[in-house]
Amino acid sequence: MASVSDAVLKEMTQEERVKALGMTTDQLTGRSMYMEFDPDATERFAYPWAPDVDFNKRTELDCDGMTATEVNANIRSLMDEGYGSIVIKNPRGMHSLGVGILNKLNLIVEGSTGYFAVGLIDGPNVRINGRVGWSCGENMMSGTVMIEKNAGSTFGAAIRGGDLVCRGSVGSRTGIDMKGGTIIVGGDTGALSGFMMQRGRMVVCGNAGKNLGDSMYDGTIYVGGEIKSCGVDAVEAELTDLDKAWLTRKLTQYGLTPEKGVDHFTKIVAGKQLWNYDNLEPNEKKLIL
Amino acid sequence: MAGTQYLGSEIKDVNQFINDADGLESEREKEIGQHIGYRYDVNLVPDYDRITPFLKDYMEFMGWDDLNWLEDIHMGYEEGSPAVFDRNINGWVRIPDTIELPDNQQDRDMIARELLLKFQMSDRHPLVMLRKAYKKF
Repeated sequence: MASVSDAVLKEMTQEERVKALGMTTDQLTGRSMYMEFDPDATERFAYPWAPDVDFNKRTELDCDGMTATEVNANIRSLMDEGYGSIVIKNPRGMHSLGVGILNKLNLIVEGSTGYFAVGLIDGPNVRINGRVGWSCGENMMSGTVMIEKNAGSTFGAAIRGGDLVCRGSVGSRTGIDMKGGTIIVGGDTGALSGFMMQRGRMVVCGNAGKNLGDSMYDGTIYVGGEIKSCGVDAVEAELTDLDKAWLTRKLTQYGLTPEKGVDHFTKIVAGKQLWNYDNLEPNEKKLIL
Repeated sequence: MAGTQYLGSEIKDVNQFINDADGLESEREKEIGQHIGYRYDVNLVPDYDRITPFLKDYMEFMGWDDLNWLEDIHMGYEEGSPAVFDRNINGWVRIPDTIELPDNQQDRDMIARELLLKFQMSDRHPLVMLRKAYKKF
């Protein structure tokens, strides 16, 4: 089934392609796939379809007169040509810049970006020399993103993996619904940061606004400054030696280690009082009400 | 885990969910017939002293100074078998019996990261087929 050529697949509708490739339409629900790892699998570091790029092969891309779609298509074309370092010139606050890069790459943005910069990325190392608008690094899967100045609200919304770093301060709802990865804020973060966080780590070197970690399900928030207030079910926990070692390593990596070290950081985790897994509870609630 | 009657039991032993697949300990878990919560510590940060050479090579290849997204990968336990959750297929992939498990979670996590990485980058990963079916030509 898998041997159907791309040319033949191209002529088919999506439904026909799925059928031709022998796939079913089962819902994926997080159950066991009954698949086993192959201990003798070939050692490879990139997806089979990923272009082979070289970090030493560098080029520039001027955004003037281009739409975000054109810029993003150009980035993909340059990666196909083997460019591993791309410098974006004149971004002028463009929205959705650099989204969906699923490959290793050094991307340098010389200027500021608008909403949803470098969302949905899986692998690249990005440096933005200006500010970013709302939802930078939204749904990021892996890679590193370094913002040199400040960031807007919902910084790292629903991030799943990788390091998202802002040297300055960020707006409210930082890391809302985050499901993994690390968000580091060199300055302060606004209200409702870590709202409905499910896992991952957030490090705030400055102060945190009110309702920090509200309704967080799991994950860890480290705050170096003052916390205005914790949200529902966010509780303080003991900062372990492993936490300290990890914090020191991570902050040193991005040049954000506070002068007084990391011992003063407050660790916030889920109190797990809101956990509700079973089907019995609605019935119980009905009885009570 | 701090608790109410809705919370699960604590993870006391690295082999807990291999020896007891159901993992029902608290009164609440026995009542509802399912284990409450994760079967491993999702917040455990990696101990970099235990990193494997393969993972070091991967970091170098990607231009990263640490494990990056792999920091969130742990060895879990599904239906009594050691397994790793693959976010790209939203399912568990099992560890073969031929692999001997170390006696601590940190080393198990490093094995999990290595196996998951090799699997995700291989041609037998379901994403290869999914991409073929759903990609925009």
